[in-house]
Amino acid sequence: MLKSTTALALGLVLASAAMAADYDKGASDDEIKFGTIVPLSGPASAYGSTGTCIAAYFDMVNDRGGINGRTVTVSVQDDGYNPAKMLEQARRLVEREGVLFIAGNIGTPTNSAIHRYMNQRKVPHLFLTTGASKWDDPESYPWTMPFIPSYAAEGRIYARYIKETMPDSMIGILYQNDDFGRDYLDAFVAELSDESMVAAAVSYDTSTATIESQMSTLKDSGADVFFNIASPKFAAQAIRRAGEIGWDTTQFLVSVANAKSAVLEPAGLAYATGIISTQYLKEPTNPAYAEDADVAAWKEFQSTYFPKGSDGNWWDWSCYATAYTIEHILTQAGDVLTHENLMKLASNLEEFEAPMLLPGIAITTSPEDFAPIEAMSLMKFDGENWALFGDVIAVD
Amino acid sequence: MTFFLEQLIIGLSSGGIYAIMALALVMIYKSTGHVNLAQGEMAVFSTFIAWTLVQTGMPLWPAILLTVAVSFVGAIVLERVVVRPFAEADDLVVVAVFVGLFLSIHSLAGAIWNYEVKPFPSAFSDGSVSLMVDLSIRTHTLGSLVTTGAVLTAVWIFFRYTQLGLALRAAADNRESSRLVGINVSLMLALGWGLAAGIGAVAGVMIAPVTFLDPGMGLAPLIFALAGALLGGITSPFGAALGGLIVGVLEAMISAYVPYGIEFRELIALMLILSVLLVRPAGLFGEIVARRV
Repeated sequence: MLKSTTALALGLVLASAAMAADYDKGASDDEIKFGTIVPLSGPASAYGSTGTCIAAYFDMVNDRGGINGRTVTVSVQDDGYNPAKMLEQARRLVEREGVLFIAGNIGTPTNSAIHRYMNQRKVPHLFLTTGASKWDDPESYPWTMPFIPSYAAEGRIYARYIKETMPDSMIGILYQNDDFGRDYLDAFVAELSDESMVAAAVSYDTSTATIESQMSTLKDSGADVFFNIASPKFAAQAIRRAGEIGWDTTQFLVSVANAKSAVLEPAGLAYATGIISTQYLKEPTNPAYAEDADVAAWKEFQSTYFPKGSDGNWWDWSCYATAYTIEHILTQAGDVLTHENLMKLASNLEEFEAPMLLPGIAITTSPEDFAPIEAMSLMKFDGENWALFGDVIAVD
Repeated sequence: MTFFLEQLIIGLSSGGIYAIMALALVMIYKSTGHVNLAQGEMAVFSTFIAWTLVQTGMPLWPAILLTVAVSFVGAIVLERVVVRPFAEADDLVVVAVFVGLFLSIHSLAGAIWNYEVKPFPSAFSDGSVSLMVDLSIRTHTLGSLVTTGAVLTAVWIFFRYTQLGLALRAAADNRESSRLVGINVSLMLALGWGLAAGIGAVAGVMIAPVTFLDPGMGLAPLIFALAGALLGGITSPFGAALGGLIVGVLEAMISAYVPYGIEFRELIALMLILSVLLVRPAGLFGEIVARRV
């Protein structure tokens, strides 16, 4: 009798141990399925390669044996950079395909369209590639977390640098008249803490043909520092115009528009020389990282799994860091693959070192801090390449 | 004073862009009776063709001439295949067709040439002419103003003094009667599209060096060109071109001298235009087209 009771008890213990594996829809004993929604078509289709990149990364993970014995399936969907389409695709992934979570999506307007939806469904909406500051709001939106540094953090970094190294300067600001421009502007001015340093701040609308009037007003204000908060096309126009009208300043250019091929080359490399911007990633083409282990690993990944990836597009290496972090969280989750556990792990990263991030930049989150990366390094364009200078500046 | 002159030059630089685009709108309006909303996108598409030719190593001027010819033929084909089936349809249907054309051409350009901005060489020279201390004007701006003038003169002479121009106007004005007096209306419509696209191509290669070339390049110039054309009178080439220049200069002056003008310049400019149109519905130099119903 005693024996059978022990056996029963033992059986129960064993059974409960086996049942300790806890799954939400999208996870099972042999599969983890998640989704990513990126613009594979339309005006922003160049960025669509991040989706391909994340899927390719997990092909590599699966070839190594998967995560805790499970195969990872990534469902990559196209939103054409259209918010309505984004919502449709998110519903499809969550309700029809039943993914465990959605991660790595691109774009502010598109992710805004599903911000509320994902939080209502309580499905993790993780590691977004967008710099809007609104994503860091765990109190109202506990299921959404970005990945890249916010525009606000970047704006504060420029302000801090200007305050420290050129406190007597007068600043002229050109900004795009929308959330993107205002995120930068507000954080920048707040960090300056001395509004009299701003000689003029003028805006433009994306519907305009040229920004020549704005540049003329800025030059007329007598500013000797120019902060260029513009999307690529207008940033290029502004850099060229500043050169043409001989407005000689120290120029700061937001990271959104610091691509050499899409902005600096059209503007003219001579006019672009000396511009200061920020970076938080290791550029594979930078000779300083020729021997770097991260860059070597990325190059091998790129040649084997991600031949479409370009070493000239930052999102094609940033996605590698994103995918690595997703892998880390899934590995940590073990057999508890629930929405809640994933969010808990994502919001308790401490000094986590993801590959391709610059030395000195690590990922730190907490239940109150949903901003994984809040440090960047300044860099200056020398006429040919961007060169990092100074220490990493952290603003968290 | 220098500041004022600088604003004037900025205004002329964008006004010149609107003026030449307005001429393309006048061309198609006078020969078909419609405002082609896809005119800006067609101009952008043509400019991409010119860009591609230049990339293959062709010198710029021959590339522009070839582009104008290709655009002329392309637009005739487009009119035949896409627009002609709706010739007898309601005006609203025609507007829908134009919107469809706008979207299709825009996406097609994006799919072929992607959305990254591309520098486009000036047909004149990349430098600028110094007028006085601290004041210079781009050679390109001067060149495009001269080009606008030349196109304007050509269009004016064409409609005013040539048999063909008269036939085009007649075909747009009254198809039935034109047919009865022996005008080949079908040919005239095709010709109107071809000529408008040719002018549009010239407009495109004048705009691109200023704004950079990308699929979205045509929209702003089209909106302000249309405003300019309506202000000056869309039936008058001279009025439309002048209207375009006025819109450009107005924008620049409002930005410079009106408080918060930079934020509201488009609004203020368009409101001023609206007020003029309330007094003169046909525009400053336009004639009222009367139709027998």
